[in-house]
Amino acid sequence: MSLQAVVDKLKAKFGETVLESGEFRGETTVIVKKEDIVAVCTFLKYELGYNFLTDLCGVDYMGQSPRFMVVYQLYNLGDHTRLRIKAPVEENDARIDTVSGVWATANWLEREAWDLMGIDFNNHPDRRRILLPDDWEGHPLRKDYPVQGPDREPYQGRLE
Amino acid sequence: MANFETMTINMGPQHPSTHGVLRLVLELDGEIVRKATPHIGFLHRGIEKLSEHRTYHQILPLTDRLDYLAPMHNNLGYVLAVEKLLGITDQIPERAQVVRVLLAELTRLKSHLVWLACHALDIGAMTVFIYCFREREEIMNFYEEISGARMTSNYFRVGGLSADLPEGLETRIRKFTNDMPGHIETYEGLLTGNKIWQKRIKDVGVISAEDAIDLGVSGPSLRGSGVDWDLRRDQPYSGYENYDFEVAVDDGCDTWARYHVRLKEMRESCKIIHQALDKLKPGPILADVPKVVLPPKQETVNTIEGLIHHFKIISEGFKPEKGEVYVGVENPKGEVGYYLVSDGSARPHRMKIRPASFINLQALPKMVEGSMIADVVAVIGTLDIVLGEIDR
Repeated sequence: MSLQAVVDKLKAKFGETVLESGEFRGETTVIVKKEDIVAVCTFLKYELGYNFLTDLCGVDYMGQSPRFMVVYQLYNLGDHTRLRIKAPVEENDARIDTVSGVWATANWLEREAWDLMGIDFNNHPDRRRILLPDDWEGHPLRKDYPVQGPDREPYQGRLE
Repeated sequence: MANFETMTINMGPQHPSTHGVLRLVLELDGEIVRKATPHIGFLHRGIEKLSEHRTYHQILPLTDRLDYLAPMHNNLGYVLAVEKLLGITDQIPERAQVVRVLLAELTRLKSHLVWLACHALDIGAMTVFIYCFREREEIMNFYEEISGARMTSNYFRVGGLSADLPEGLETRIRKFTNDMPGHIETYEGLLTGNKIWQKRIKDVGVISAEDAIDLGVSGPSLRGSGVDWDLRRDQPYSGYENYDFEVAVDDGCDTWARYHVRLKEMRESCKIIHQALDKLKPGPILADVPKVVLPPKQETVNTIEGLIHHFKIISEGFKPEKGEVYVGVENPKGEVGYYLVSDGSARPHRMKIRPASFINLQALPKMVEGSMIADVVAVIGTLDIVLGEIDR
Protein backbone atom coordinates (compact mmCIF):
# COMPACT_ATOMS: atom_id res chain seq x y z
CA MET A 1 0.00 0.00 0.00
CA SER A 2 1.46 3.33 -1.00
CA LEU A 3 1.74 6.11 1.51
CA GLN A 4 -0.76 8.17 -0.48
CA ALA A 5 -3.27 5.35 -0.05
CA VAL A 6 -2.59 5.38 3.69
CA VAL A 7 -3.26 9.12 3.84
CA ASP A 8 -6.44 8.70 1.78
CA LYS A 9 -7.67 5.96 4.11
CA LEU A 10 -6.99 8.15 7.13
CA LYS A 11 -8.91 11.00 5.53
CA ALA A 12 -11.80 8.73 4.59
CA LYS A 13 -12.00 7.27 8.09
CA PHE A 14 -11.43 10.39 10.18
CA GLY A 15 -12.44 13.25 7.88
CA GLU A 16 -12.17 16.49 9.80
CA THR A 17 -9.59 15.11 12.22
CA VAL A 18 -6.91 15.09 9.54
CA LEU A 19 -5.78 18.70 9.42
CA GLU A 20 -3.01 18.50 6.89
CA SER A 21 -0.76 16.09 5.07
CA GLY A 22 2.41 16.66 3.16
CA GLU A 23 5.58 15.21 1.78
CA PHE A 24 9.17 16.35 2.15
CA ARG A 25 12.20 14.42 0.86
CA GLY A 26 10.02 11.39 0.32
CA GLU A 27 8.69 11.32 3.88
CA THR A 28 4.98 11.60 4.52
CA THR A 29 3.65 13.60 7.44
CA VAL A 30 0.06 13.74 8.57
CA ILE A 31 -1.16 16.28 11.11
CA VAL A 32 -4.18 15.24 13.11
CA LYS A 33 -6.25 16.79 15.90
CA LYS A 34 -4.99 15.79 19.32
CA GLU A 35 -8.44 14.77 20.56
CA ASP A 36 -8.45 11.76 18.25
CA ILE A 37 -4.81 10.72 18.56
CA VAL A 38 -5.53 7.41 20.27
CA ALA A 39 -8.19 6.48 17.72
CA VAL A 40 -5.88 7.41 14.82
CA CYS A 41 -2.97 5.43 16.27
CA THR A 42 -5.14 2.41 17.00
CA PHE A 43 -6.45 2.50 13.43
CA LEU A 44 -2.91 2.84 12.03
CA LYS A 45 -1.63 -0.04 14.11
CA TYR A 46 -4.39 -2.58 13.66
CA GLU A 47 -5.81 -1.70 10.25
CA LEU A 48 -2.86 -0.29 8.33
CA GLY A 49 -0.01 -2.31 9.82
CA TYR A 50 2.03 0.44 11.50
CA ASN A 51 2.87 -1.89 14.35
CA PHE A 52 6.20 -0.37 15.39
CA LEU A 53 6.41 2.99 17.14
CA THR A 54 9.94 4.11 16.38
CA ASP A 55 9.98 7.36 18.25
CA LEU A 56 7.84 9.94 19.95
CA CYS A 57 8.86 13.46 20.85
CA GLY A 58 7.70 17.00 21.30
CA VAL A 59 8.78 19.98 19.24
CA ASP A 60 8.54 23.53 20.56
CA TYR A 61 7.53 26.21 18.02
CA MET A 62 7.63 29.11 20.46
CA GLY A 63 5.86 32.19 19.14
CA GLN A 64 3.50 30.20 16.96
CA SER A 65 0.10 28.95 17.83
CA PRO A 66 -0.30 26.14 18.70
CA ARG A 67 3.07 26.14 20.37
CA PHE A 68 3.89 22.43 20.53
CA MET A 69 3.77 19.52 18.17
CA VAL A 70 3.84 15.94 19.41
CA VAL A 71 5.52 13.82 16.76
CA TYR A 72 5.05 10.08 16.30
CA GLN A 73 7.41 8.21 13.98
CA LEU A 74 5.78 4.99 12.84
CA TYR A 75 7.23 2.02 11.03
CA ASN A 76 5.43 -0.76 9.23
CA LEU A 77 7.26 -4.05 9.73
CA GLY A 78 5.23 -5.60 6.91
CA ASP A 79 6.02 -3.37 3.95
CA HIS A 80 8.85 -1.37 5.55
CA THR A 81 7.43 2.10 5.15
CA ARG A 82 7.61 5.01 7.54
CA LEU A 83 4.88 7.46 8.42
CA ARG A 84 4.99 10.52 10.64
CA ILE A 85 1.97 11.64 12.61
CA LYS A 86 1.91 15.02 14.32
CA ALA A 87 -0.60 16.48 16.72
CA PRO A 88 -0.63 20.18 17.67
CA VAL A 89 -0.84 21.00 21.38
CA GLU A 90 -1.62 24.45 22.79
CA GLU A 91 0.67 26.10 25.31
CA ASN A 92 -2.04 26.78 27.91
CA ASP A 93 -3.30 23.21 27.66
CA ALA A 94 -0.11 21.26 27.01
CA ARG A 95 -1.61 17.82 27.33
CA ILE A 96 -2.56 14.99 25.03
CA ASP A 97 -3.87 11.47 25.53
CA THR A 98 -1.30 8.74 26.04
CA VAL A 99 -0.75 6.14 23.33
CA SER A 100 1.01 3.75 25.71
CA GLY A 101 -2.08 1.56 25.48
CA VAL A 102 -1.47 1.18 21.74
CA TRP A 103 2.31 0.67 21.84
CA ALA A 104 3.91 -0.15 25.19
CA THR A 105 7.10 1.56 24.07
CA ALA A 106 5.34 4.93 24.28
CA ASN A 107 5.53 4.71 28.07
CA TRP A 108 9.14 5.87 28.43
CA LEU A 109 9.07 8.08 25.36
CA GLU A 110 6.14 10.01 26.79
CA ARG A 111 7.87 10.27 30.14
CA GLU A 112 10.80 11.80 28.30
CA ALA A 113 8.56 14.25 26.43
CA TRP A 114 7.05 15.28 29.78
CA ASP A 115 10.44 15.55 31.43
CA LEU A 116 12.23 17.58 28.79
CA MET A 117 9.43 19.35 26.92
CA GLY A 118 6.71 19.62 29.54
CA ILE A 119 3.96 17.98 27.55
CA ASP A 120 1.57 16.16 29.82
CA PHE A 121 -0.03 12.85 28.86
CA ASN A 122 -3.53 12.03 30.08
CA ASN A 123 -3.98 8.59 31.64
CA HIS A 124 -0.28 7.83 31.51
CA PRO A 125 0.43 4.76 33.69
CA ASP A 126 3.66 6.09 35.20
CA ARG A 127 4.03 9.81 34.68
CA ARG A 128 7.34 10.65 36.34
CA ARG A 129 10.44 12.41 35.12
CA ILE A 130 12.87 10.02 33.50
CA LEU A 131 16.23 11.63 32.73
CA LEU A 132 16.27 14.54 35.18
CA PRO A 133 15.96 14.32 38.98
CA ASP A 134 12.44 14.26 40.39
CA ASP A 135 12.80 17.71 41.97
CA TRP A 136 14.03 19.46 38.81
CA GLU A 137 12.23 22.68 37.93
CA GLY A 138 11.32 23.48 34.36
CA HIS A 139 11.56 21.59 31.09
CA PRO A 140 14.95 22.11 29.41
CA LEU A 141 14.04 21.48 25.79
CA ARG A 142 11.56 24.35 25.75
CA LYS A 143 12.85 27.27 23.74
CA ASP A 144 12.47 29.68 26.67
CA TYR A 145 14.78 27.57 28.85
CA PRO A 146 18.32 28.98 28.59
CA VAL A 147 20.96 26.61 27.29
CA GLN A 148 23.45 27.44 30.07
CA GLY A 149 20.82 26.71 32.72
CA PRO A 150 18.42 29.00 34.61
CA ASP A 151 20.88 30.00 37.33
CA ARG A 152 23.73 31.36 35.19
CA GLU A 153 24.41 34.40 33.04
CA PRO A 154 24.63 33.66 29.34
CA TYR A 155 28.16 33.33 27.97
CA GLN A 156 29.29 36.74 26.67
CA GLY A 157 32.30 35.61 24.71
CA ARG A 158 35.85 36.22 25.77
CA LEU A 159 36.26 39.73 27.20
CA GLU A 160 39.43 41.79 27.09
CA MET B 1 3.69 -0.22 56.96
CA ALA B 2 6.78 -2.16 56.10
CA ASN B 3 6.32 -5.06 53.77
CA PHE B 4 7.99 -8.15 55.16
CA GLU B 5 7.07 -10.36 52.23
CA THR B 6 9.51 -8.80 49.82
CA MET B 7 12.76 -6.91 50.12
CA THR B 8 13.67 -3.90 48.00
CA ILE B 9 17.30 -3.43 47.06
CA ASN B 10 19.31 -1.11 44.85
CA MET B 11 21.44 -2.55 42.11
CA GLY B 12 23.74 0.21 40.92
CA PRO B 13 24.29 2.99 39.98
CA GLN B 14 27.79 1.82 40.88
CA HIS B 15 27.70 -1.84 39.99
CA PRO B 16 30.17 -3.48 37.62
CA SER B 17 27.53 -5.31 35.62
CA THR B 18 25.34 -2.30 34.91
CA HIS B 19 27.74 -1.11 32.19
CA GLY B 20 27.83 2.47 33.37
CA VAL B 21 25.53 4.22 35.76
CA LEU B 22 22.25 2.37 35.68
CA ARG B 23 20.28 2.05 38.89
CA LEU B 24 17.83 -0.79 39.19
CA VAL B 25 15.43 -0.96 42.10
CA LEU B 26 14.63 -4.61 42.57
CA GLU B 27 11.81 -5.97 44.68
CA LEU B 28 12.89 -9.41 45.77
CA ASP B 29 11.07 -12.38 47.14
CA GLY B 30 14.02 -14.42 48.31
CA GLU B 31 16.10 -14.67 45.18
CA ILE B 32 13.18 -14.13 42.80
CA VAL B 33 12.75 -10.70 41.24
CA ARG B 34 9.14 -9.58 41.59
CA LYS B 35 9.54 -6.09 40.19
CA ALA B 36 12.38 -4.22 38.54
CA THR B 37 12.38 -0.45 38.06
CA PRO B 38 15.23 1.10 36.08
CA HIS B 39 16.30 4.62 37.07
CA ILE B 40 18.32 6.39 34.41
CA GLY B 41 19.62 9.85 33.64
CA PHE B 42 22.84 9.90 35.63
CA LEU B 43 24.82 10.60 32.45
CA HIS B 44 22.42 13.13 30.91
CA ARG B 45 24.40 15.83 29.11
CA GLY B 46 21.59 17.52 27.21
CA ILE B 47 22.94 16.69 23.76
CA GLU B 48 19.61 17.50 22.11
CA LYS B 49 19.48 20.92 23.74
CA LEU B 50 23.13 21.65 22.93
CA SER B 51 22.60 20.76 19.30
CA GLU B 52 19.95 23.46 18.94
CA HIS B 53 22.70 25.97 19.62
CA ARG B 54 25.33 24.62 17.23
CA THR B 55 25.73 24.58 13.49
CA TYR B 56 25.18 21.31 11.68
CA HIS B 57 28.90 20.61 11.39
CA GLN B 58 29.46 21.33 15.08
CA ILE B 59 26.93 18.73 16.19
CA LEU B 60 28.88 15.84 14.73
CA PRO B 61 31.35 15.46 17.65
CA LEU B 62 28.41 15.33 20.06
CA THR B 63 27.07 12.24 18.31
CA ASP B 64 30.31 10.36 19.06
CA ARG B 65 29.40 10.58 22.69
CA LEU B 66 26.08 8.79 22.42
CA ASP B 67 26.94 5.16 21.95
CA TYR B 68 30.65 5.47 22.63
CA LEU B 69 31.24 1.85 21.70
CA ALA B 70 30.04 2.51 18.15
CA PRO B 71 30.87 6.16 17.45
CA MET B 72 31.25 5.85 13.67
CA HIS B 73 27.77 4.44 13.36
CA ASN B 74 26.28 7.35 15.29
CA ASN B 75 28.16 9.74 13.00
CA LEU B 76 26.80 7.88 10.01
CA GLY B 77 23.17 8.22 11.09
CA TYR B 78 23.62 11.92 11.72
CA VAL B 79 25.37 12.77 8.45
CA LEU B 80 22.79 10.76 6.53
CA ALA B 81 20.01 12.73 8.19
CA VAL B 82 21.65 16.07 7.36
CA GLU B 83 22.31 14.95 3.80
CA LYS B 84 18.69 13.97 3.42
CA LEU B 85 17.58 17.29 4.84
CA LEU B 86 19.76 19.04 2.26
CA GLY B 87 18.66 16.72 -0.53
CA ILE B 88 22.21 15.70 -1.46
CA THR B 89 21.94 12.00 -0.59
CA ASP B 90 22.55 10.90 -4.19
CA GLN B 91 25.62 13.11 -4.64
CA ILE B 92 27.87 11.32 -2.16
CA PRO B 93 30.85 9.86 -4.07
CA GLU B 94 31.21 6.12 -4.42
CA ARG B 95 34.43 5.91 -2.44
CA ALA B 96 32.97 7.77 0.53
CA GLN B 97 29.97 5.42 0.53
CA VAL B 98 32.16 2.32 0.51
CA VAL B 99 34.44 3.65 3.26
CA ARG B 100 31.36 4.45 5.34
CA VAL B 101 30.08 0.90 5.02
CA LEU B 102 33.54 -0.51 5.71
CA LEU B 103 33.91 1.49 8.90
CA ALA B 104 30.32 0.95 9.98
CA GLU B 105 30.91 -2.79 9.88
CA LEU B 106 34.25 -2.54 11.67
CA THR B 107 32.37 -0.57 14.29
CA ARG B 108 29.78 -3.31 14.52
CA LEU B 109 32.55 -5.84 15.13
CA LYS B 110 34.07 -3.57 17.74
CA SER B 111 30.79 -3.07 19.54
CA HIS B 112 29.90 -6.76 19.46
CA LEU B 113 33.36 -7.65 20.79
CA VAL B 114 32.73 -5.47 23.83
CA TRP B 115 29.30 -6.99 24.22
CA LEU B 116 30.67 -10.54 24.16
CA ALA B 117 33.59 -9.70 26.44
CA CYS B 118 31.46 -7.98 29.08
CA HIS B 119 28.53 -10.35 28.80
CA ALA B 120 30.81 -13.32 29.39
CA LEU B 121 32.72 -11.55 32.15
CA ASP B 122 29.50 -10.64 33.96
CA ILE B 123 28.47 -14.26 33.92
CA GLY B 124 31.89 -15.41 35.10
CA ALA B 125 33.76 -16.50 31.95
CA MET B 126 36.80 -14.33 32.30
CA THR B 127 39.03 -15.72 29.54
CA VAL B 128 36.81 -14.55 26.67
CA PHE B 129 37.11 -10.99 27.89
CA ILE B 130 40.87 -10.97 27.35
CA TYR B 131 40.60 -12.48 23.87
CA CYS B 132 37.85 -10.09 22.73
CA PHE B 133 39.72 -7.04 23.93
CA ARG B 134 42.82 -8.20 22.08
CA GLU B 135 40.91 -8.06 18.78
CA ARG B 136 39.09 -4.88 19.75
CA GLU B 137 42.44 -3.22 20.36
CA GLU B 138 43.36 -3.82 16.73
CA ILE B 139 40.16 -2.10 15.58
CA MET B 140 40.96 0.76 17.94
CA ASN B 141 44.34 1.05 16.23
CA PHE B 142 42.58 1.31 12.87
CA TYR B 143 40.32 3.97 14.35
CA GLU B 144 43.28 5.92 15.61
CA GLU B 145 45.05 5.83 12.28
CA ILE B 146 41.93 6.83 10.39
CA SER B 147 40.55 9.55 12.62
CA GLY B 148 43.23 10.32 15.20
CA ALA B 149 41.11 9.13 18.12
CA ARG B 150 40.46 5.73 19.58
CA MET B 151 36.87 6.30 20.58
CA THR B 152 35.53 9.72 19.64
CA SER B 153 36.21 9.37 15.95
CA ASN B 154 34.28 12.32 14.42
CA TYR B 155 35.42 11.10 11.02
CA PHE B 156 32.47 11.27 8.64
CA ARG B 157 31.43 14.64 7.29
CA VAL B 158 28.28 15.99 5.77
CA GLY B 159 28.95 15.21 2.11
CA GLY B 160 31.63 12.56 2.58
CA LEU B 161 34.64 11.95 4.80
CA SER B 162 37.03 14.24 6.65
CA ALA B 163 40.11 12.54 5.17
CA ASP B 164 41.02 9.59 3.01
CA LEU B 165 42.10 6.28 4.50
CA PRO B 166 45.81 6.15 5.40
CA GLU B 167 48.00 4.21 3.00
CA GLY B 168 48.48 0.55 3.66
CA LEU B 169 45.53 0.32 6.01
CA GLU B 170 43.40 -1.66 3.57
CA THR B 171 45.87 -4.56 3.63
CA ARG B 172 45.85 -4.61 7.41
CA ILE B 173 42.06 -4.49 7.60
CA ARG B 174 41.91 -7.34 5.10
CA LYS B 175 44.33 -9.41 7.16
CA PHE B 176 42.35 -8.65 10.31
CA THR B 177 39.04 -9.72 8.79
CA ASN B 178 40.66 -12.84 7.37
CA ASP B 179 41.71 -13.82 10.88
CA MET B 180 38.50 -12.73 12.56
CA PRO B 181 36.31 -15.80 11.79
CA GLY B 182 39.01 -17.93 13.41
CA HIS B 183 38.91 -15.73 16.50
CA ILE B 184 35.13 -16.01 16.62
CA GLU B 185 35.54 -19.78 16.56
CA THR B 186 37.88 -19.48 19.53
CA TYR B 187 35.26 -17.53 21.48
CA GLU B 188 32.67 -20.09 20.56
CA GLY B 189 35.01 -22.87 21.60
CA LEU B 190 35.31 -21.24 24.99
CA LEU B 191 31.60 -20.60 25.45
CA THR B 192 29.09 -22.47 23.31
CA GLY B 193 29.83 -25.97 24.56
CA ASN B 194 30.43 -24.82 28.11
CA LYS B 195 27.76 -26.28 30.43
CA ILE B 196 27.87 -23.35 32.86
CA TRP B 197 27.48 -20.82 30.04
CA GLN B 198 24.53 -22.78 28.63
CA LYS B 199 22.82 -23.04 32.01
CA ARG B 200 23.28 -19.37 32.66
CA ILE B 201 21.78 -18.11 29.40
CA LYS B 202 19.38 -20.73 28.05
CA ASP B 203 15.72 -19.79 28.75
CA VAL B 204 16.87 -16.62 30.50
CA GLY B 205 15.44 -13.22 29.63
CA VAL B 206 12.69 -14.62 27.45
CA ILE B 207 10.67 -12.12 25.43
CA SER B 208 8.21 -13.04 22.70
CA ALA B 209 8.24 -11.40 19.28
CA GLU B 210 4.89 -9.67 19.95
CA ASP B 211 6.07 -8.20 23.23
CA ALA B 212 9.38 -7.14 21.73
CA ILE B 213 7.68 -5.30 18.86
CA ASP B 214 5.18 -3.74 21.24
CA LEU B 215 8.04 -2.50 23.41
CA GLY B 216 9.91 -1.13 20.41
CA VAL B 217 12.93 -3.41 20.83
CA SER B 218 15.17 -3.32 17.77
CA GLY B 219 18.44 -4.69 16.46
CA PRO B 220 19.92 -8.06 17.49
CA SER B 221 17.70 -8.13 20.59
CA LEU B 222 14.63 -8.18 18.33
CA ARG B 223 16.12 -10.61 15.82
CA GLY B 224 16.80 -12.98 18.73
CA SER B 225 13.01 -13.15 19.08
CA GLY B 226 12.60 -14.30 15.50
CA VAL B 227 11.69 -10.99 13.83
CA ASP B 228 13.44 -10.83 10.48
CA TRP B 229 14.08 -7.10 10.25
CA ASP B 230 17.30 -5.31 9.48
CA LEU B 231 17.38 -1.74 8.21
CA ARG B 232 20.52 -2.45 6.19
CA ARG B 233 18.44 -4.76 4.03
CA ASP B 234 14.94 -3.32 4.39
CA GLN B 235 15.68 0.39 4.08
CA PRO B 236 19.21 0.36 2.66
CA TYR B 237 21.43 3.38 3.14
CA SER B 238 24.99 4.15 2.00
CA GLY B 239 24.72 1.52 -0.71
CA TYR B 240 24.04 -1.49 1.54
CA GLU B 241 21.78 -2.84 -1.22
CA ASN B 242 24.94 -3.70 -3.21
CA TYR B 243 26.32 -6.03 -0.55
CA ASP B 244 25.59 -9.67 -0.17
CA PHE B 245 24.92 -10.62 3.43
CA GLU B 246 22.47 -12.59 5.50
CA VAL B 247 20.38 -11.20 8.31
CA ALA B 248 20.94 -13.25 11.45
CA VAL B 249 17.65 -14.35 12.98
CA ASP B 250 16.93 -16.88 15.71
CA ASP B 251 13.50 -17.61 17.11
CA GLY B 252 14.66 -18.86 20.50
CA CYS B 253 13.55 -15.60 22.20
CA ASP B 254 16.10 -16.09 25.00
CA THR B 255 19.62 -14.94 25.80
CA TRP B 256 21.04 -18.01 24.08
CA ALA B 257 19.30 -17.01 20.83
CA ARG B 258 20.57 -13.45 21.04
CA TYR B 259 24.07 -14.80 21.67
CA HIS B 260 23.92 -16.74 18.41
CA VAL B 261 22.42 -13.80 16.50
CA ARG B 262 25.26 -11.50 17.47
CA LEU B 263 27.95 -14.10 16.73
CA LYS B 264 26.47 -14.60 13.28
CA GLU B 265 26.32 -10.84 12.76
CA MET B 266 30.03 -10.65 13.48
CA ARG B 267 30.71 -13.22 10.76
CA GLU B 268 28.44 -11.38 8.33
CA SER B 269 30.23 -8.11 9.13
CA CYS B 270 33.51 -9.74 8.10
CA LYS B 271 31.89 -10.71 4.79
CA ILE B 272 30.66 -7.15 4.21
CA ILE B 273 34.08 -5.72 5.04
CA HIS B 274 35.66 -8.01 2.44
CA GLN B 275 33.17 -6.92 -0.20
CA ALA B 276 33.73 -3.28 0.70
CA LEU B 277 37.49 -3.69 0.36
CA ASP B 278 36.95 -5.23 -3.08
CA LYS B 279 34.76 -2.29 -4.11
CA LEU B 280 37.19 0.31 -2.85
CA LYS B 281 38.47 2.30 -5.83
CA PRO B 282 40.41 5.58 -5.80
CA GLY B 283 38.21 8.62 -6.25
CA PRO B 284 36.87 11.73 -4.58
CA ILE B 285 35.73 11.47 -0.98
CA LEU B 286 33.67 14.65 -0.80
CA ALA B 287 30.52 15.63 -2.65
CA ASP B 288 30.77 18.59 -4.99
CA VAL B 289 28.42 20.87 -3.05
CA PRO B 290 30.61 23.86 -2.12
CA LYS B 291 27.93 25.68 -0.14
CA VAL B 292 27.73 22.81 2.33
CA VAL B 293 30.80 20.63 2.16
CA LEU B 294 34.06 21.67 3.80
CA PRO B 295 37.00 21.86 1.36
CA PRO B 296 39.71 19.18 1.62
CA LYS B 297 42.21 19.91 4.38
CA GLN B 298 45.07 20.34 1.89
CA GLU B 299 43.19 23.15 0.17
CA THR B 300 42.34 24.82 3.47
CA VAL B 301 45.93 25.00 4.66
CA ASN B 302 47.58 25.73 1.29
CA THR B 303 45.34 28.19 -0.55
CA ILE B 304 43.66 31.42 0.50
CA GLU B 305 40.46 30.51 -1.37
CA GLY B 306 40.32 27.22 0.48
CA LEU B 307 40.85 28.98 3.79
CA ILE B 308 38.07 31.50 3.10
CA HIS B 309 35.77 28.71 1.99
CA HIS B 310 36.52 26.73 5.16
CA PHE B 311 36.07 29.81 7.35
CA LYS B 312 32.71 30.71 5.81
CA ILE B 313 31.28 27.27 6.42
CA ILE B 314 32.70 26.95 9.92
CA SER B 315 31.66 30.42 11.08
CA GLU B 316 28.27 30.68 9.38
CA GLY B 317 27.33 27.10 8.72
CA PHE B 318 24.86 26.26 6.00
CA LYS B 319 21.14 26.77 5.89
CA PRO B 320 18.98 23.84 4.82
CA GLU B 321 15.51 24.72 3.64
CA LYS B 322 12.58 24.49 6.02
CA GLY B 323 11.50 20.93 6.57
CA GLU B 324 11.96 17.82 8.64
CA VAL B 325 13.46 14.40 8.08
CA TYR B 326 13.91 11.20 10.02
CA VAL B 327 16.70 8.76 9.21
CA GLY B 328 17.20 5.50 11.04
CA VAL B 329 20.26 3.30 10.73
CA GLU B 330 20.99 -0.19 11.96
CA ASN B 331 23.44 0.41 14.80
CA PRO B 332 25.05 -2.57 16.54
CA LYS B 333 22.55 -2.03 19.38
CA GLY B 334 19.45 -1.48 17.27
CA GLU B 335 17.84 1.28 15.29
CA VAL B 336 19.36 4.67 15.99
CA GLY B 337 17.46 7.48 14.35
CA TYR B 338 17.84 11.21 13.96
CA TYR B 339 14.81 13.43 13.57
CA LEU B 340 15.90 16.85 12.36
CA VAL B 341 13.61 19.86 12.12
CA SER B 342 14.99 22.78 10.16
CA ASP B 343 13.50 26.27 10.34
CA GLY B 344 15.73 27.52 7.54
CA SER B 345 18.53 28.74 9.82
CA ALA B 346 22.07 27.42 10.25
CA ARG B 347 21.11 25.52 13.39
CA PRO B 348 18.54 22.76 13.71
CA HIS B 349 15.30 23.87 15.30
CA ARG B 350 15.07 20.49 16.98
CA MET B 351 17.09 17.32 16.89
CA LYS B 352 15.60 14.22 18.44
CA ILE B 353 17.75 11.16 18.72
CA ARG B 354 16.06 7.80 18.77
CA PRO B 355 18.36 5.88 21.11
CA ALA B 356 18.31 2.14 20.61
CA SER B 357 19.56 1.29 24.10
CA PHE B 358 17.02 3.55 25.83
CA ILE B 359 14.13 1.80 24.17
CA ASN B 360 15.63 -1.68 24.51
CA LEU B 361 16.16 -1.09 28.23
CA GLN B 362 12.44 -0.55 28.63
CA ALA B 363 12.00 -4.26 27.97
CA LEU B 364 14.23 -5.20 30.91
CA PRO B 365 11.50 -5.40 33.60
CA LYS B 366 9.47 -7.69 31.36
CA MET B 367 12.49 -9.94 30.83
CA VAL B 368 13.60 -10.25 34.46
CA GLU B 369 10.41 -10.24 36.50
CA GLY B 370 9.84 -13.72 37.86
CA SER B 371 13.41 -14.89 37.37
CA MET B 372 16.41 -15.11 39.69
CA ILE B 373 18.43 -12.07 40.70
CA ALA B 374 21.55 -13.54 39.07
CA ASP B 375 19.71 -13.53 35.74
CA VAL B 376 19.37 -9.75 35.88
CA VAL B 377 23.09 -9.55 35.17
CA ALA B 378 22.72 -11.84 32.17
CA VAL B 379 19.78 -9.82 30.82
CA ILE B 380 21.58 -6.49 31.12
CA GLY B 381 24.43 -8.08 29.19
CA THR B 382 22.22 -9.51 26.49
CA LEU B 383 20.38 -6.23 25.90
CA ASP B 384 23.79 -4.70 25.19
CA ILE B 385 23.01 -1.27 26.59
CA VAL B 386 25.27 1.75 26.65
CA LEU B 387 24.38 4.42 29.17
CA GLY B 388 25.84 7.23 27.11
CA GLU B 389 23.16 6.60 24.54
CA ILE B 390 20.37 6.03 27.05
CA ASP B 391 20.93 9.26 28.94
CA ARG B 392 22.19 11.40 26.05
